[in-house]
Amino acid sequence: MPTIVVEVMPKAELLDPAGKAVSGALARLGHTVFTSVRIGKRFELTVDGPVTEATLAEARMIAEEMLSNQVIEDVISVHEAPAVGVGA
Amino acid sequence: MRIGVITFPGSLDDRDAQRAIRLAGAEPVALWHGEHDLKKVDAIVLPGGFSYGDYLRCGAIASHSPIMAEVIDAANKGLPVLGICNGFQMLVEAHLLPGGLIRNDHGRFVRRDQMIRVENNRTDWTSAFDENEEIVIPLKNGEGGYIADEATLDRLEGDGLVTFRYVGMNPNGSLNDIAGISNERGNVVGLMPHPEHAVERGFGPNTNKAMRSGMDGLRFFTSVIARVLV
Repeated sequence: MPTIVVEVMPKAELLDPAGKAVSGALARLGHTVFTSVRIGKRFELTVDGPVTEATLAEARMIAEEMLSNQVIEDVISVHEAPAVGVGA
Repeated sequence: MRIGVITFPGSLDDRDAQRAIRLAGAEPVALWHGEHDLKKVDAIVLPGGFSYGDYLRCGAIASHSPIMAEVIDAANKGLPVLGICNGFQMLVEAHLLPGGLIRNDHGRFVRRDQMIRVENNRTDWTSAFDENEEIVIPLKNGEGGYIADEATLDRLEGDGLVTFRYVGMNPNGSLNDIAGISNERGNVVGLMPHPEHAVERGFGPNTNKAMRSGMDGLRFFTSVIARVLV
C-alpha cells in the first residue's frame, strides 16, 4: 500500500531526556564513538490509492497541527515511502 | 454552583476532583469527552491521568476530543477552566495556554509533596490565597517540564501570568521554576501539582503540624465558587 512517512524531532535547543538516557547507556556499554543521541518519531500513514499532491498536502497539514507540537517539536520530513516495502 | 469534571479515556483523578468540588461546597457534574454537552456548568476541571496512554504527546489526543470544541469556545468566553497535570497538558495542546510540557529533565517519574508559591491570586482559581502565599500540593508526573520560547516566557513573567512557581526545589526542570500559568483573563489556569489531593484532613500532604493534614488544595475550588457566585 502507498505510504507517506512523517518524521518529527524534538526541537534542537530543547533537552531530550529520553535521548540523554540512551546516550548514557551507550557510553556505559563502551560505545563511546556516539557522543549524543536524540529520539524522534516516525509516522507511517497508509493511503488507499495513489499518493497525490493533495494527499501530501493533507499529510503536511496534520504533521504540523496534530502529529507534532510546534512549541516543542519540528517536522523534519513528509515524503512518500519508496514503493518496495513499508518502512524502506 | 455546578462544576463539571470531564472524564477522558485514561483519566485517573476525575473522581478525586469531583470529591474535592463537593468538599468545597459545590455540585460536581460528570462530563464525558465524547459528547458535545457541557450541561450548563459554571466551571470546568480537566483532571489528571494518562489520557490515551500519553500516546502521541501527553494530552494531545484528548485535546482533540469532541467536548473540547465546547470547552475551547466556553473558555474563550470567560468560563473558568482548571487543568490539572494531564489537564494542563491538554490546555497547552489546545492552545488555551502557551508553551509546552516535556519529560522531566532527570528522566524519572516524580511524586512528592511539593511547595509552590501562589504568585498571582487574581485568577478565578486562586482568589482565596494571599499573594505569594506558599502552599503544599502533591505532585506526580513524568512529563511536567514546562517550556516555552524566550518571548513567551518574557510575556508570562511581564504580564504576571506565572500563577504558581516551585519553591525549595525544581522537581522536573521547568523553565523559571514554573508550576502553573494562566491566560490574560485569569479564567483558564493550568498547573502540574494536584490540588484535588489536598482537600481533606487525613488524606492530604504532610505538613509540619501533622501527617497528611495538608488542605491547601481546597481553596482552588472555594476560589472559583466565590468567583462565580459574585
